Amino acid sequence: MNDAPQIKPPPKAKSTLRSRLAAVWDSDLAWNFRHSPVAIAAATTTLLIFIAAFLAPWIAPQNAFDPGAVRLDDGFLKPLEVGSTGITHVFGTDSQGRDLLSAILYGTRVSLIVGFASVGFSMVLGVSLGLIAGFVGGRVDALIMRVADVQLSFPAILIALLVFGVGRGLIHPTQHERMAVIVLIIAIGLSHWAQYARTVRGATLVERNKEYVQAARVMGRTSGAIMGSHVLPNVIGPVLVIATINLALAVIEEATLSFLGVGVPPTQPSLGTLIRVGQQFLFSGERWILFFPAAALIILALAVNLLGDWLRDALNPRLK
Amino acid sequence: MTAPLLSVRNLRVEFPNRRARLVAIDDVSFEIGRGEILGLVGESGAGKSVTGAAIMGLLEPPGHMTGGEIRLDGTRIDTMPIDQLRRIRGKRIGMVFQDPLTSLNPVYRIGAQITETMRVHANISEADARARAIALLAEVGIPAPENRIDAYPHELSGGMRQRVVLALVLCTEPELIIADEPTTALDVSVQAQIIALIKALARNRGTSVMLITHDMGVIAEVADRVAVMYAGRIAEIGPVRDVLKAPQHPYARGLMGAIPSLAKKAAGHDGRLTLIPGNMPRLSAIPEGCAFNPRCGEAIDRCRAERPSLLPAATSHVACWRVTS
Amino acid sequence: MIAYILKSVGQAILVLVVVAALAFSMFRFIGDPVANMAGQEASQQDRRELAERLGLNDPVPIQFARFLANAAFGEFGMSYRQGRKVSALIAERMPATVELAVLSALLATGFGTLLGVYTAIRRNSWGAHIVMGISLIGVSLPTFLIGIGLIYLFAVELKWLPSFGRGETVKLGWWTTGLLTPSGRASLIMPVLTLGFFQLTLIMRLVRAQMLETLRTDYVKFARARGLPESRIQFRHALRNTLVPVVTIAGLQLGSVIAFAIITESVFQWPGLGALFVQAVQFVDIPVMAAYLMFVAVVFVVVNLIVDLTYVLLDPRLKSSTAVVGGGK
Repeated sequence: MNDAPQIKPPPKAKSTLRSRLAAVWDSDLAWNFRHSPVAIAAATTTLLIFIAAFLAPWIAPQNAFDPGAVRLDDGFLKPLEVGSTGITHVFGTDSQGRDLLSAILYGTRVSLIVGFASVGFSMVLGVSLGLIAGFVGGRVDALIMRVADVQLSFPAILIALLVFGVGRGLIHPTQHERMAVIVLIIAIGLSHWAQYARTVRGATLVERNKEYVQAARVMGRTSGAIMGSHVLPNVIGPVLVIATINLALAVIEEATLSFLGVGVPPTQPSLGTLIRVGQQFLFSGERWILFFPAAALIILALAVNLLGDWLRDALNPRLK
Repeated sequence: MTAPLLSVRNLRVEFPNRRARLVAIDDVSFEIGRGEILGLVGESGAGKSVTGAAIMGLLEPPGHMTGGEIRLDGTRIDTMPIDQLRRIRGKRIGMVFQDPLTSLNPVYRIGAQITETMRVHANISEADARARAIALLAEVGIPAPENRIDAYPHELSGGMRQRVVLALVLCTEPELIIADEPTTALDVSVQAQIIALIKALARNRGTSVMLITHDMGVIAEVADRVAVMYAGRIAEIGPVRDVLKAPQHPYARGLMGAIPSLAKKAAGHDGRLTLIPGNMPRLSAIPEGCAFNPRCGEAIDRCRAERPSLLPAATSHVACWRVTS
Repeated sequence: MIAYILKSVGQAILVLVVVAALAFSMFRFIGDPVANMAGQEASQQDRRELAERLGLNDPVPIQFARFLANAAFGEFGMSYRQGRKVSALIAERMPATVELAVLSALLATGFGTLLGVYTAIRRNSWGAHIVMGISLIGVSLPTFLIGIGLIYLFAVELKWLPSFGRGETVKLGWWTTGLLTPSGRASLIMPVLTLGFFQLTLIMRLVRAQMLETLRTDYVKFARARGLPESRIQFRHALRNTLVPVVTIAGLQLGSVIAFAIITESVFQWPGLGALFVQAVQFVDIPVMAAYLMFVAVVFVVVNLIVDLTYVLLDPRLKSSTAVVGGGK
């Protein structure tokens, strides 16, 4: 019937916002979401945690990063006790007299900032390298993918530790504290780029051979323009799935590094640092100092992970 | 006349999805006699393979039978418990799948796969099974079977593998073989050999065959009777010569019209069904009345309102108001 | 087949050389080895002599060759922080890590495969749903939290197991083992569970996914159509095909047990290589970091080689390269 070669990109829906929203609502993904209690619960929890963490400076009872706001004689207050500043410490206080609820809110904020920043960093790096590998091909492709293969076979935490160690070696010791968060973001980001690169390269190879891309090439458009307008829109889906799953991984990785004592400095504790500190009181009875940060991390990790898991299954129903 | 070997009555198969219950097979009835070769033709998606899977009890979830009955030699098999049905599968009904490249387990030698099947269905020693496997391989035309029996599937060509698959199906001496597009995945040069082999084996052993294909040339070559399927229903069923020479259903006529000449068709190639205007409806959008009416040049009002039943017309049965009323 | 093995070995050596180059450049270009070794009070003269003795004035390729030669004998120089030979530090701590990792790996592969097969063939049973739910916790939770949870339960509340260290160990030559004493064995339980749990859930999910995939293949359908019993299809036809890809990834996972031991060792103050490495990262003790990196790389490469060879046993397609016979496709 219609055998003319298709040289136009897949048609973009030119429709009103309303009909587009209706289409989103009616899509398989949205339907799947509405019928998955787990996904709804995970998404709601994730959203609540995000909001609470980013509003920390406004809703926390205390500025947990300000040593001046903390009184040493308020140390080891049990949950719900009222301290000398008049604050009711819902989750109690730590050995320094720091309100734990505030510390958790601020700590989650640090964890999420590091998580989002490192995911963004690895995404940009991975997607660019994947595009380059797919489009340029040849030796460049072989080199990039070989490095990705090798890196993927080593655990991310090891890579992050190494990058962190190297980063510290390159930075003057007096700057360690100030640069810690940035080094951490780079370390975690560098440990996750390979997956994006693989996915994007695969998609690029598929797209590159399609007629509309070939046609665009013939018409003299540069590789960069072709990649931007045709290939990128096609890889957004899988990249976002990887990013969601990697956010959970990055949060856990940050917590692990901080727990190992190589993450953020204790003056700006993340959830991992709080757990590291709290662990010291496991045997002496002040268990709430460990319990609440640990619970916060568990809920956060589980919620984001469940969300990523659901997204992956929903987009790849074959394995369900 | 004795009872037919296989009898399918009012078969209905549905695939529920979240929006609707898609009806893949709608009120299909036919019979296969002993030693008879029935061809089942139609475009892809017409429900040929689903019919085969339903007979074997191998419908893939969420697909399931929602009506009708299937009898083998008078005994209902569609309601049988799985462990009884298992003894019929392979033993009394064998099935050949489309792709011989993926039908054999890659990690076991072909001999082991044949003797395993024999020994599951019959009380026979490993040595006897092996001897019979070699004989079978010879029968399906594999040279030097006493060596090939220890080959792995990847060491054989596609045509050879389909012969091995046939040996695997024949090793339990089934009464009925369902062959689902047995040659589509093969090279053209090998296709004719395999088809001829199936025909010869069936004739020699008196085995009935249900041959699923979209290739009219193959049907002309081997089938005794032919059923033309369209959108999950049988449009016309009858003796192969009559249906080919004088098709009565407009769809069947369209199919035959798509073949340049009988001589070429009998030669075996390119009897593909492509020249009817329009496409077969999707399962989610089967029209009211006769499923073929939007593509039919002769449709009348009744065709759009009322579904035609499969009624006798000359030597065949046809589901068309223009023919049977 | 010989070509296949040679290729595997070649790749292994290539990876080792690349990692060695990485370790060498860390050692050579990060910080100043002379300043780190000589200390603050050393004179210019001392520094120049030290640089000469370390061969830092030679051309870089020669230095790299020397580094490789030394590394082949396990020599990585002196630890900046502890002032002892890195090789001695590694040898002292290796038994603890190897014992922990091997036991965890056995636990993870054994139970991981069993549970993976179970959850695949009883896909809709309650048991499978419960196992999958627990496994989701296993992949979601940070290892250190699982360790702390175990400590809280078995050491703080129940007081059944020791919360840190290796317990009493026995010397067998240069090797030390905790397996021969009751306190050594008790000390191993929680670290092994902690380290093995994550790998177990990973392998289980992998086996399950692969098994489900295999159960959908044409040859499984054909086996069903031939009336083979379901149990035979699952355990004979599907399982062996499942294991081919599983062995690869499971092998890689097991290699990573060594690296994941870093976290477990920190939680349980286990005197192994991981704890040594974390200290090295904290204090930028480059020779120790380089040595640890090389150690992990060797473990990975060896595991990979074993995996490649196991492959040959499982998949006949790799064993023979006999020409395809007969006509057609």
